[in-house]
Amino acid sequence: MLKNYFKIAIAVLRRRKFFTFISLFGISFTLTILMVLTAFIDKVVNDNYPDRKRDRSLYLGNIELRGKESMNSSSFSYYFLTHFAGSMKTPEMIAISSRSNSTNTYVNNRKITIDYKYTNADYWNVLDYDFIEGKAFTKQQSDNGDRVVVISEDKKKEYFGDDNSPAVGKYIEADNVKYRICGVVRSIPITAYNFYADIYLPITTMKTNPASDKGYMGGFVAVLLAKSTDDVPKMQQEYATLISKLPIPGKEWDHIYSHADPYIQSYVRTGNEEKSGMLYAIGAVVIFALFVMLLPTLNLVNVNITRIMERSSEIGVRKAFGASSKTLVYQFIVENMILTFLGSLIGVVFSIVVMYFINSAKLIANLDLTLNFTVLCYALLTCIVFGLLSGVYPAWRMSKLNIVTALKAQ
Amino acid sequence: MIRLQNIEKVYRTSTVETLALNNINLDVAKGEFLSIMGPSGCGKSTLLNIMGLLDNPSNGIINIADQTIERFSDKQLAAFRNAKLGFIFQSYHLINDLQVLDNVELPLLYRNTTAKERKELASEALAKVGLSNRMKHFPTQLSGGQRQRVAIARAIVGKPEIILADEPTGNLDSAMGNEVMDILINLNRNEGTTIVMVTHDENMAHKTHRLVRLFDGSQVQ
Repeated sequence: MLKNYFKIAIAVLRRRKFFTFISLFGISFTLTILMVLTAFIDKVVNDNYPDRKRDRSLYLGNIELRGKESMNSSSFSYYFLTHFAGSMKTPEMIAISSRSNSTNTYVNNRKITIDYKYTNADYWNVLDYDFIEGKAFTKQQSDNGDRVVVISEDKKKEYFGDDNSPAVGKYIEADNVKYRICGVVRSIPITAYNFYADIYLPITTMKTNPASDKGYMGGFVAVLLAKSTDDVPKMQQEYATLISKLPIPGKEWDHIYSHADPYIQSYVRTGNEEKSGMLYAIGAVVIFALFVMLLPTLNLVNVNITRIMERSSEIGVRKAFGASSKTLVYQFIVENMILTFLGSLIGVVFSIVVMYFINSAKLIANLDLTLNFTVLCYALLTCIVFGLLSGVYPAWRMSKLNIVTALKAQ
Repeated sequence: MIRLQNIEKVYRTSTVETLALNNINLDVAKGEFLSIMGPSGCGKSTLLNIMGLLDNPSNGIINIADQTIERFSDKQLAAFRNAKLGFIFQSYHLINDLQVLDNVELPLLYRNTTAKERKELASEALAKVGLSNRMKHFPTQLSGGQRQRVAIARAIVGKPEIILADEPTGNLDSAMGNEVMDILINLNRNEGTTIVMVTHDENMAHKTHRLVRLFDGSQVQ
């Protein structure tokens, strides 16, 4: 029976080529948008370079002071992270880094923008950067305030040119200070904004001593690394207890909010509400996907009704010879799924092309979108939803046609 | 085989009520070849559609093959039509996107049959109407007479006990009409299939066992 449906589906597609074009274009274009979007989300969510120990990490990104009439929210001060978070018992290590800042430098009269970030020495033990050359600066170098730096592969190429000579031992200038390169790491995209930088400097080389500011707020974030995954809930609880006991730093405030979140929650948390922003993030993605799918679906429903209406005589004949309404609904949905499947195949090709152009154009540096298995699964799921959404209503409507009316329609 | 009792069909709109069939009582015996005649709009096709369970009467009782058809679900009606009835239409109603063989197989799709069985039965039915050599053609590649023979093959492929033919020769010239009529007569004679045929053609009607005439929705003969 499926073979018969397949034959007729293909015949119908070939019969009205303009309708077929509209249908296939609508499906493939929509799927392309969704697949590129899912590839982007997949890359941001699932690419675990350089934080490969996510299963035993918690992320500190934000602290919020709230009073009756005001609210203040920011990253952490270095003092808070070393004095309070640093005193926690459960974490094995804590990676502290500043938010990245930009500076311009000139090499052979060429302006180069450098995004730099300060880190502590444990940063390199908590995070697993791939070192192409050299290694990270040591705790001793950091404690000594040595002007050493880890740079990204891309910045090495931009700064020193494309020659393959080692960069370790050479000097790079940032913010009018020269730093000796001790390591080169594989670059990461800016979407991993907690870890992205062109160069990584020891916190101890900062021009002002970050520990001198005893407030809670500043420009630093941290990753708490537990000894094992089993310790993560305990670590989260310990942090929650720490926050609850934290002295409130002024009369204008009556509450302090801060959370040690797993990776994705930390990524989507919009404020310091009790629940993370996961629900909002998923909701936003779903609403976007539905919105993107809505217009082509309505269009396809319309085209499908027109197409099926042309076949009312066939519907009459099939019913006369024993097809129930349910069987006809099934047939039309199968036909629509075939159409959607063809559209999605074209969509996959479109997506590969679009991703190739996005990657080539380097719209987001180091973000290489790929059509991986996860994305394909999402695409398949989208395809099924799309096929059902646009196929069920026309199929149901047409299956209810009165046989005599359907036969007269020819 | 078919018993219609006090059948009425009324078409209603917001302003007009039209009586298409008025108190029709009709018995068709097993193995009988019955023709229905009457002027256009007298209710012939409506009666045939009601007999074929394609349309519901406004009043009356339908009994087919010893089963009274009332309160059948859509699924039950579909299964009953598939098992007991075959249809031949004036304008053939073949599916132009499918090859002749696929068209003939159509009633078997809604039964538990394998693809092999379907092919065998459809080939057999096409052989009966003399179209074994046209299996892979599409309906648009055939003449009117050939299309109607394909439609007959489709009607008989499921071996129904009753065939309902709505002006099967209406679109054909006399030679082709006679060919189609001969096939129907042979079917009735050799296989014992009960046939009810609506026609405008007196000559064709006289070839059948019995003639029923309708006028303004009422049976006059």
